[in-house]
Amino acid sequence: MREITYRQALNEALDEELARDENVCIIGEEVAQYNGAYKVTEGLWDKWGDKRVIDAPISEAGFIGMGIGASMLGIRPVMELMFFSFAYVAFDQMMNNAATVRYMSGGLINVPIVVRGPANGGTNVGATHSHTPENIFANMPGLKVVSPATPRDAKGLLKQSIRDNDPVYFMENTLLYGEKGPVPENDELPDGELLIPLGKAEVKKEGADLSLIAHGRAVITCLKAAEILQAEHGIDAEVVDLRSIRPLDEETILESVRKTNRAVYVEENKPFCGVGAQIASMIQEQAFDYLDAPVLRISSIDSPAIYSPPLEKKQLPYPELVVERALSIC
Amino acid sequence: MAKKKAEHQTDTDYAQDPVNAKLSAEDKIDLLRQMVRIRRFETVSLKYYQQGKMGGFLHLYIGQESVAVGTISLCGENDHIITAYRDHGHALSVGMSMNECMAELFGKKTGCSKGKGGSMHYFAPDKNYWGGHGIVAGQTPLGAGLAFALKYKGLKGCCLCYLGDGAVNQGAYHEALNLAELWDLPVIYVIENNGYSMGTSQERSSAHPEIGLAARAEAYGMEWDQINGENLYEVRARTQVAIDRAHNEGRPTVIEIDTYRYKGHSVADANAEKYRTKEEIQKYMNEHDPLTLWKDQLVSEGVVTEDDFKAMMKEAGEEAEAAARFAQQSDFPDESEILDDVYWEVDNDTEAGNTGRHFFH
Repeated sequence: MREITYRQALNEALDEELARDENVCIIGEEVAQYNGAYKVTEGLWDKWGDKRVIDAPISEAGFIGMGIGASMLGIRPVMELMFFSFAYVAFDQMMNNAATVRYMSGGLINVPIVVRGPANGGTNVGATHSHTPENIFANMPGLKVVSPATPRDAKGLLKQSIRDNDPVYFMENTLLYGEKGPVPENDELPDGELLIPLGKAEVKKEGADLSLIAHGRAVITCLKAAEILQAEHGIDAEVVDLRSIRPLDEETILESVRKTNRAVYVEENKPFCGVGAQIASMIQEQAFDYLDAPVLRISSIDSPAIYSPPLEKKQLPYPELVVERALSIC
Repeated sequence: MAKKKAEHQTDTDYAQDPVNAKLSAEDKIDLLRQMVRIRRFETVSLKYYQQGKMGGFLHLYIGQESVAVGTISLCGENDHIITAYRDHGHALSVGMSMNECMAELFGKKTGCSKGKGGSMHYFAPDKNYWGGHGIVAGQTPLGAGLAFALKYKGLKGCCLCYLGDGAVNQGAYHEALNLAELWDLPVIYVIENNGYSMGTSQERSSAHPEIGLAARAEAYGMEWDQINGENLYEVRARTQVAIDRAHNEGRPTVIEIDTYRYKGHSVADANAEKYRTKEEIQKYMNEHDPLTLWKDQLVSEGVVTEDDFKAMMKEAGEEAEAAARFAQQSDFPDESEILDDVYWEVDNDTEAGNTGRHFFH
């Protein structure tokens, strides 16, 4: 199978959805003439023009809110946040308007919008540009939160998110944009295109001794940790990728834990009420009798993102740390 | 150039403006009836609120009726409405029934939002009415978005996006203004200036008071106007200019309509008669009441009599009381309905709605 980057996979998803539905448009800072701050939208303005790919001023509350309003009337905007950290500038629109207007209207309105962009630390840009708000937005009923780890998932989940009739906040990772992975060509697929449903986790590596459960780039960290565990310690770890945080595929997680009897949740999010807290709670409630050890959580060290490059590497989970913590319960 | 906030001129005969000259006697009576129905709806809802029949806040529109009625009376098939939390008047003006509006206040399943929105969150998309929004100025980017959608679809229409005078200092509003002018969006921001952002007067909240609030549009190169809200003919004539601009040029406008609310910011506003004098309120009620002035106008035109008006008030009061009875007799939503209307995909039982866990209680 061909290999393309996470960035190219996203670009293909956008291009295909622009072609499929004339109500799909892309709005964001530098998405058009500049070709995207991270080049995710490269070439799309040239191909689709001013109506479909729109450069917005630096005005997140304004243009995200505008996209929400347009979506109420049937447009399907894909909004790019140059950094998901800037969602905090548009927080009222994203939490109060996108998430609740359906409910408060008794189901008369829906908001088929996607807000996407990188939501990660680890790039030495300081705390303001390194937020990981997946737990914050997943806390809000009415919203869906997706966090793909691989090029294939990035493409399939983005296409599905654009077709979803609820607001989807799609959280990418700048450290993954250049990573390559296998992504099928459309003519290799039975349905002629790649769609991955929200709410379906995937076992990225099968194993028998321990479940490493993660979302986003932490999945890649877990895969590396699993290699070390196997090679150096003879431990056969399973790696489960949530892919979508809300809706959540609990069954795949529980199935893994029932098999391995040990679970570690790994994420780059902050620990307090992080995604791992939700998963750990769910596991102890629904798989208590299967557990041979406490459920562990590995997350960012609990401070705002530090700038200093060597220290930021240590602030986020890294394979050796996952190995060390995993060994403590094996 | 910025105009100084002028005393409202009375020498223009707005009755002769084409948009008013075409009104039949029945049309004029209908405008009066709409204002009367809003006032009676509000007084009856106040009565039951004070009896403890409703929760939350109740932001009454009494005194401002001419704004919603006058502007919305100009709307056509592709014109859309969105407003803030003082939304009952707009709801009735777009044709929502008193029953669904009153039942919403009582938190009943027969309410326009099935009892899920409350007073501040009325919606009727089938009537181009997009709420009903609780956060000050939060609706202003949405209004730009409705206009964006009209333009994107190539429809000749506009969005009337209402806000209070307190909303003009929110950042979201200024971002929306910039986008509206930058992208030529057919949106009309209608500032309903009742003089007070909750308990803080305009002079104590908004800089540069001598030029008024709409004039800030000039910073964005946008057209603006300032309208005397007590004169329904003027409201209609001058709002039509903005609508024509949106329809024909695809361009936005800010209009500021001077008006007054007789009641507090909400009924819970304990200081409604402290931050302004009783005399001030009484002066507006006696001399500037838009409903009385329109009635007097129609009496002078020989379109209605005082007796007609009294009958109309009585009829509207009865309609509002009937709506209150309807609301009281309606059921509260069932507990099982708490989880309805959160996700479209779940409500519609789609494959996406049945994939993964959506609720975590």
